Amino acid sequence: MRKRTRRGQRGLGTPHALRTDPTPQTAMLRAAPPLLSVQPTRALVDEQFSVLVEKLPLACPVTVRSLHHSEDKDDWEAYGFYVSDHRGVVSVSEDLSFGGTYTGKEPMGLLWSMRPVPGSRSGLRLRRRNVCGPMLVNILVYSGHEGFRGRAPLASVLTERWHMAPGVQRIKVGQEGVRGTLFIPPGPGPFPGLLDLWGGGGGLVEYRAALLASRGYVSLALEYFSAGELQSADVEFSYFETAFNIIKEHPKVMADRVGLFGLSLGSMVSLYLASESTVVQPRCIVCISGNYCYPRGQMLRGVNENLRKYFDKERVDENNHHIWRDISLEIIKDPAEKVNVSKISAPMLLVNGCDDQNWCTVETAEDITQMMRAVGKEHLLSKLAYPDTGHLIEPPYSPHFRATNFIVDITKKKVILLWGGQTKPHSDAQEDAWRKILSFLQHHLYGSPTLKARM
Amino acid sequence: MDRKQCCVKVSVQPSRGLVDEKFVVLVQNAFPGFQLTVHAHHQCEDGHGWEAFGHYTADATGTVNVSEDPSLGGTYSGAEPMGLLWSLRPVPGSKPGLRMRKKNVQTPMEITVSVYQGHQTEGFVDQVPLTGVVVERWYMAPGVQRIPITEDGLTATLFLPSGPGPFPGLLDLWGGGGQLVEYRAALLASHGIASLALDYLTPKITMETGKMVDNQYFETAYRVLQQHPKVLGSRIAMLGLCFGTSITLKMAVYSQVVKLRCVVCISGSHVQPVDGNLEQILSFFKKNADKSCFNEDNEVIWRDLLLPIPTDPSLKVDVGRLQCPLMLVVGEDDQNCPAYESAMDMKEMMERAGNSHLLTILSYPNAGHLIEPPHTPHARSSSLRTIGSRHMLMALWGGQTAEHSRAQEDSWKKMLAFLRENLYGGTDPGARLISHL
Repeated sequence: MRKRTRRGQRGLGTPHALRTDPTPQTAMLRAAPPLLSVQPTRALVDEQFSVLVEKLPLACPVTVRSLHHSEDKDDWEAYGFYVSDHRGVVSVSEDLSFGGTYTGKEPMGLLWSMRPVPGSRSGLRLRRRNVCGPMLVNILVYSGHEGFRGRAPLASVLTERWHMAPGVQRIKVGQEGVRGTLFIPPGPGPFPGLLDLWGGGGGLVEYRAALLASRGYVSLALEYFSAGELQSADVEFSYFETAFNIIKEHPKVMADRVGLFGLSLGSMVSLYLASESTVVQPRCIVCISGNYCYPRGQMLRGVNENLRKYFDKERVDENNHHIWRDISLEIIKDPAEKVNVSKISAPMLLVNGCDDQNWCTVETAEDITQMMRAVGKEHLLSKLAYPDTGHLIEPPYSPHFRATNFIVDITKKKVILLWGGQTKPHSDAQEDAWRKILSFLQHHLYGSPTLKARM
Repeated sequence: MDRKQCCVKVSVQPSRGLVDEKFVVLVQNAFPGFQLTVHAHHQCEDGHGWEAFGHYTADATGTVNVSEDPSLGGTYSGAEPMGLLWSLRPVPGSKPGLRMRKKNVQTPMEITVSVYQGHQTEGFVDQVPLTGVVVERWYMAPGVQRIPITEDGLTATLFLPSGPGPFPGLLDLWGGGGQLVEYRAALLASHGIASLALDYLTPKITMETGKMVDNQYFETAYRVLQQHPKVLGSRIAMLGLCFGTSITLKMAVYSQVVKLRCVVCISGSHVQPVDGNLEQILSFFKKNADKSCFNEDNEVIWRDLLLPIPTDPSLKVDVGRLQCPLMLVVGEDDQNCPAYESAMDMKEMMERAGNSHLLTILSYPNAGHLIEPPHTPHARSSSLRTIGSRHMLMALWGGQTAEHSRAQEDSWKKMLAFLRENLYGGTDPGARLISHL
């Protein structure tokens, strides 16, 4: 049996605090505690939940808070200030939050507006490592608004947020030198496949591939260089071709329905493979926060050469966060540095944020459009450009990271990189983009039998 | 492999749910007008296979929504969102008299939901489905704690809800089959009520000494619950099914120790020797054993043991003295216990005594004796070993599956609302009501 530790409740005060709290309102609440319910208590990370508080006093100010203790041992929280109605009810799905980490009618604000609790280390990013178990998020109710942290909660409910649906298999891949993890949906198959490529941070990141498998795609999360080791990344494009074939040749995969899914540097790899490789013929491509600047004739570490060349264009903002957007604007001026996307014949979905401070992704998408238009292939492109959205467009309800710690390969320095975006619009974008990505994948990889003409 | 068949997808939302939650089963990407069978399979803890299935036709978009579309046949018919669970039955070739009851509530029930081509009724195990997913159904919500209780000679398990507490409490009693049955208490804790599942027919102390427990045993259980630091001692309810009802009513009316906020009795009767302890009540039933009858399938019907309802007041719990709300849940096709007749008699007694405003009766036509949490597969009869005998019988519980299942869903919803209203609502004596306006 998995041990359920109540990690999320650290630092909340003991039941004694409740007994010695002098407010009459709390005394009344102690006699008849409110009833807090979350539906569902176990969900996939891209599913919604509804939070309901009942049996409160009438017109009573309360704070609803989420609390998560991460694998890195940081505490993350979000909270909204609510007032109960004359039935003694607060419904997070229906009512307005008057303040906190989010305002307005926000059913999922308790997740997407999460941030490290006051006093935490700076520049943190929340990324799940162990996808075999759920993220535990505690939902709590406190009386009153300001100063709620000094009070013991009236009620709390533990919820689970999963990346893996029941029955999804997780299999480590190590053949032919390829490092990664394969996720296989439950059921007899066969299924379409996806090669899942993350960006310049490196390492093996599994959670998106796990979630894609939970949505019906055999997905390979690929590690193509170790974290922080882009400088020495010895990987040739044949590495990716081998990885693609591993998916294609898997007995549970439909060989002609394998796509590419990349973010940032992973997008560049996807576009390069689709245009230059004779082995990789993706059925479709998803590029998030995409980049198409490829170090011609070099191994992947050549990406750093471009960075180094124009590094003087790096800026810092008023918080000393590092902006690389202007470096990217320089790099894309040189046509020799770009992937020849006009050679691509697969449908592509480009998803970008207009406030991306790390890479000029919107300009890149416009340039790609022109290149495709010039060869009459613009119909293959679908583009989404979200206002006030940054670089890290993650699965829905993930907290927004405007700037996080990053070890810059070429200087080996740890800085805080500015990714961009404002929390509310960025979170809306994550939700909308994921739905559109899933519908794009469903259309191209599962297809619609009604559209298939009798051949 | 036929390509077009491989594109069919099935999804179940939520994929991990509590056993009383509804799910939505959606089949997509089939050809319009395609005939298919949606099939559920579960292997229970003792290794038996259970299955349910419905026959559907995909609409013009190639979709089947089990919550909205009618099943044209199978183990259930019509638009039945949860038919894949409540119509589960043992797979062909299983031994007779099975009943699905989860023992280990700390793990989920796993159900495989698959789609087969065409309208099929058998041979599923020999075929590869078009697609399938796995669904988990849990009795315990995250954060619910399971605490075995052995103090003071009790054999019990306490389930505490998630959160700091304190919580209202509930004593949960099952019926004549004995054992320590945890799943209903676990589920109630998942809804915010600290629940104590109590074994009173086969507890350790009885198994070791051969003696049945006395009335103090129940008062001790009540005290243990009441004094628990995470339980609100003034907000305790009691819930009993079948023989558990007999005990519950006795405690609610006659005990000086047990003070209940409200009481729920399922499929039970108030008929018993009022001055009797457990052993005496059981002898009273045994004395009337000659009134058992058997149907043509050799299933034993016990409802007549307590009929006719006596007029002698020493043989019925005096519910006219009850001071807290009482909810009676009754299946009109109960073949094991005359729950309906007892409920009518209790109503009459309470009307005469002037406390009938406390009474709520939920009476369900064509529902049987085993009114369980929602979506539990209906067992019209099952094998039972009676207490103190080595004898296996087939007991007839009654009920028609579809109506019995609807009764389970409706009664649970109403029971939860009743418990919430009485345990969470209202004021404590001495507490001031404060409003902000």
